[in-house]
Amino acid sequence: MTLDQMRPGNECRIKYLSVRDKLGQRLMDMGVYPGRRLKVVRNAPLEDPMEIEIDGYFVSLRHEEARFVEVDHREAR
Amino acid sequence: MKPDKVLLALAGQPNCGKSTVFNALTGASQHVANYPGVTVDKMVGWYKHGGNKVEVVDLPGTYSLTSYSPEERVSRDFILHENPSVVVNVLDASNLKRCLYLTFQLLEMEVPVILNPNMMDVAEKRGMEINASVLSKSLGIPVVPTAMKSGRGKKKLIEAIEKVGTGESAVKPVRIDYGEMEPLIREIEAKLSAESRLRDRYPTRWLAIKLMEGDEEVRKMVGEEKNPGEMLLEFVGGLRTTFEEQTGETPEMHIGRHRYQAAEEVCKTGVKLPSNVKKPFSDRIDGVVCHRILGPLFLVGVIWTLYYLSIVQGYNITNYTWPLLAKIRSFTEAIMPAPGFIEIPILRSFALWFVDSVNALLNYIPIFFILFALIAVLEDSGYMPRMAFIMDRLFSRYGLHGQSTLPMVLGGIYVGGCAVPGVMSCKGIPDDRSRLATILIIPLLNCLAKVPLYVLLINIYFAQHKALAMFFISTISLLMVLPVSKMLTMTVLRKRDTAPFVMEMPPYHLPTVRGVLGRAVERVWLFIRKIITIVAALAVVIFVLLQFPGIGKDRMAYYEAEKDRAINTFYKKISATDYAAAIQADTPSKNLMDLVLYWENYKNARMMAGSQKAASAVNKAFKIRNPDFYPVVQPEGDKDAKKVNREMKKLVRERKKILQEMRKERINQSFLGRIGQAIEPATQFAGFNWRVNVALLSAFAAKESSVATLGALYEQEEAGETLEQRMAAAETGFTPLHALALMLFMVLYPPCLATSIAVKLQSGSVKWMLFSMGYPMVLGIFVATLVFSGGSALGLTGLQAMFAFYGLMLCITIAAGFLKTKQEPSLIQP
Repeated sequence: MTLDQMRPGNECRIKYLSVRDKLGQRLMDMGVYPGRRLKVVRNAPLEDPMEIEIDGYFVSLRHEEARFVEVDHREAR
Repeated sequence: MKPDKVLLALAGQPNCGKSTVFNALTGASQHVANYPGVTVDKMVGWYKHGGNKVEVVDLPGTYSLTSYSPEERVSRDFILHENPSVVVNVLDASNLKRCLYLTFQLLEMEVPVILNPNMMDVAEKRGMEINASVLSKSLGIPVVPTAMKSGRGKKKLIEAIEKVGTGESAVKPVRIDYGEMEPLIREIEAKLSAESRLRDRYPTRWLAIKLMEGDEEVRKMVGEEKNPGEMLLEFVGGLRTTFEEQTGETPEMHIGRHRYQAAEEVCKTGVKLPSNVKKPFSDRIDGVVCHRILGPLFLVGVIWTLYYLSIVQGYNITNYTWPLLAKIRSFTEAIMPAPGFIEIPILRSFALWFVDSVNALLNYIPIFFILFALIAVLEDSGYMPRMAFIMDRLFSRYGLHGQSTLPMVLGGIYVGGCAVPGVMSCKGIPDDRSRLATILIIPLLNCLAKVPLYVLLINIYFAQHKALAMFFISTISLLMVLPVSKMLTMTVLRKRDTAPFVMEMPPYHLPTVRGVLGRAVERVWLFIRKIITIVAALAVVIFVLLQFPGIGKDRMAYYEAEKDRAINTFYKKISATDYAAAIQADTPSKNLMDLVLYWENYKNARMMAGSQKAASAVNKAFKIRNPDFYPVVQPEGDKDAKKVNREMKKLVRERKKILQEMRKERINQSFLGRIGQAIEPATQFAGFNWRVNVALLSAFAAKESSVATLGALYEQEEAGETLEQRMAAAETGFTPLHALALMLFMVLYPPCLATSIAVKLQSGSVKWMLFSMGYPMVLGIFVATLVFSGGSALGLTGLQAMFAFYGLMLCITIAAGFLKTKQEPSLIQP
C-alpha cells in the first residue's frame, strides 16, 4: 500500500521509499524514511495535497508525491 | 593570538527562530545583500563584544545541506568558502531530533559549531527537559540553550561565541559511524588525499560522503580536477551501485537514516519527553483553518482583509500624503524658469515630467507599507503554508504553485492590485519553474492603473451594460492567465528546475510588532532604492521620445501668429479701460505674462482654499502681492475691471487652447507618435488607429498615462466637455467591438517600468525581464486581432463578441487544466 491511499486518521509505518534524487532526498530531509511511523491528519479542501504528522510535527505533500512512499497499515500499532 | 574580527554564521532549519536570534544579536545594525547569481537574500549584521567586532551572516533556513535548492547551495558554499570562525546552529528545542539531522551535516564540514537550542520556553511549556551538558558531551561541542524572544541566554551565547571564535575553547565534534559504508568512505578518502588538490580546500571525509550521496555539485567539482577527476567518479559510481545491490538501500538513504539514528541516540540521553503528549494547539487551529468548508471561507476573509486594509484604506491615506507630494511639485514649479505665453522652457517641462513620474510611484508608498506589514504578519504567523495547502490543487494544474496565491492576490486576481508587490512576493515559491511562471503572468492581472481605461471605454461603449462589462473585464484576466501559465510551463519554462511540494506546516506563532514593522520598512526602502531610482532614469528616455524632434519652424511661426492675434484682440478690447496703461506698461508682453501667471496662481489658490475664511485670506495675500493686478481678478463692482476680467478669461482660454494644440502636435511629431503611425497598418486589424497606438505606447511608463495621453490627443474644444464626450465625438468610426479589443489588449499589456524592474530583481536576469515585456505584446495583438477581425467577419456586436470570447476562454481554461505535464521522477527498482 502507498501513502496516497491512506485516509485521514489512518496511522502507518513507512516501509520503503521508491523514489530517489530530489524528491527522495526531500522526503528524507523532512523525516519521511523507512522505519518511521506517521499519521494522516487531513486532506486539503480540494482533496490534494494531504497533511501528515510525524513525531510531533506536520508536513504536507501532494498525493502524486505520496505514492512513492510504501507504507504498512497493519504494523501501525 | 586574538583576531579583532569574528565572522559568525547562523545556520538552522526553517521555523526554528533563527531570525529572532539574528535580531537579538545584531539589533538595528543589519542589512540585506545578495548572494551572487541567485535571488536568495543575504542577511548581514554585526555587534561588538569586548572590543571584538562580530559580523553575523544569517544563512537561509534549510532542512539539509544538499545541492538541490539554491538556499542549500548558498548556505553550504558560504560555510565552505568564507571560512566563518563560528557557526551557531539554531535549533527548535521542541523539535530537536529533526533539527540535529542538519547539525550532523554541519559537523561533517569541520567548522566550529555551537549548538543553540532556541525557543526553550515553548519546549518547557510542553513539558520537555533538555540537558545541555549531556548534549554537549555526546556531541563534543558547546551547547547554549536560549529563549531569544525574551532574551534569555543571550549573554551566555555571546560569551560562547567569543570563546570559540577566538579559538580559546577547542571543539572536538563526534563523527557518525555509517556502518557498512565506512570502509567505502575511507577508500574514497584515501584516493582523495593521495592525489587531489581538493583536500587542501575541503574536508576529505565530507567530500567522500558527498560523493557517496551522489551530490551533483561535488561530482562536478571533482570531475573538473585533472587528478583524480573522472577516474574517481567512475570508481565511486561503481561503489554506489554495488552498495545498493548488496544492501537494498540507496547510499543517500543509508546516510540520511544514520544521521537520524545518531540524532535519536543523542536525544535519548539529553532530552526527557513528557509522559502525556497533548494535541498541539496549532493542530486544533488547523482543524478550522484547513477545514473543507471553513478553510476556503477563512482564506477569502484573509484576502478580503488584506485587500481592504492595504488597497482601500491605504488609498485613503494617500489623500493625506498626496498634498506633500504636490508641494514638491509646486516647489519645483516655483524654482524652474517661468513659462512664456506659448514658449514652455524645456528645462521646466522636463523637471515637471520627472517629478510627476516619481511622484506617481511615491504616492503608492502608504499602500505598500501596509501591504508589506500585512504580508509580514502572514509570514510570521505561519498562515502562508496553509494558504498554499488550500490552493495548490487548483494552481498546480496550470503549472503554478500553492504559494502563487499571495502574489496573485496582490497582483489583482479580481481587479485593483499592483504587479510590483505581486512580483516581489514571488520570492517564497520554492519551485523554480512555478516561480518564474507566476512572475511572468502577474503583469497580466488587473492592476489599479489599468482600471481608468476600462472605466473610460465602458462608459462610452458599454453604457447600457456597465456592470456586465466590468465583471467581464475583471474575471477574464484570470481566465487568460491560467492557460497562459500552462502554455509557458509547457514551452519556454519546460526545462526549468522543479522542486517537490513537500513542505512543513509549522506551528502558529504570534508575530511581533518589531519583526513586522522592521520587515515592512526594509521592503519599502528596497522599493524606493531599487525601483524608483531606475524608473526615474527611464522617465528621461520616455520624455525624450515624447518631446523630440518637436514642432517645425513654420508651424511654430503659425502658433506665434495665433498668440499675437489673441494678445492684440485682448489689448484692443481693454484699451478704453483704466487698466490698459498698467498692463501694457514697459515691455508689454512681459507685463502681460506676469498678469497671466498672477491670474492662474490666484485661481489655483482660490480652488485650494476650502473655507470662506481661507478664501478671504487668499484675497488679502494677492492684494498685497500686486495691488495693480488685484482688481482684474476680483473686480468687485468696478465696471472697467469687470470688462478686463471678462477679456482676461477669454485670453487665458485662448492660451490654453494653443498650448494644447501644440502639445498634441508635439506628440504627433515625436518619435513615439511616429512609431504609433508607422505601426497603424498592422494594428488596424486589432481595431487600433494611430492615436490609440500612441496612448498605448505612452502607457509603458505607467498605465495611468494611457488615459492622460488620450486626453491630450482628443483636445478640448469646449470647456467642461468630458473626455468621454470628446472621444466619442472624435472617433465616430469607433464601435464597442473596437473598445472590446482595446480593453483586452490592456489586460495583456506588458508590465510597466516599475514591474519590469521587479521582474528583473526576482528572476535575476535581464533576459526574463525582456521576455516578460515581449510576450504579452504579441499575445495582446493576437487576442485583439482575433476579437476585432473575427468579430467583424462574423458580424458580432461588441456585447456578442464579449460573450463569445468569454465562452472560448472558459473552455480553453478548463481544457488546459486537464493537460498532463508532469514528468516521472527517477524510481528505485525494488
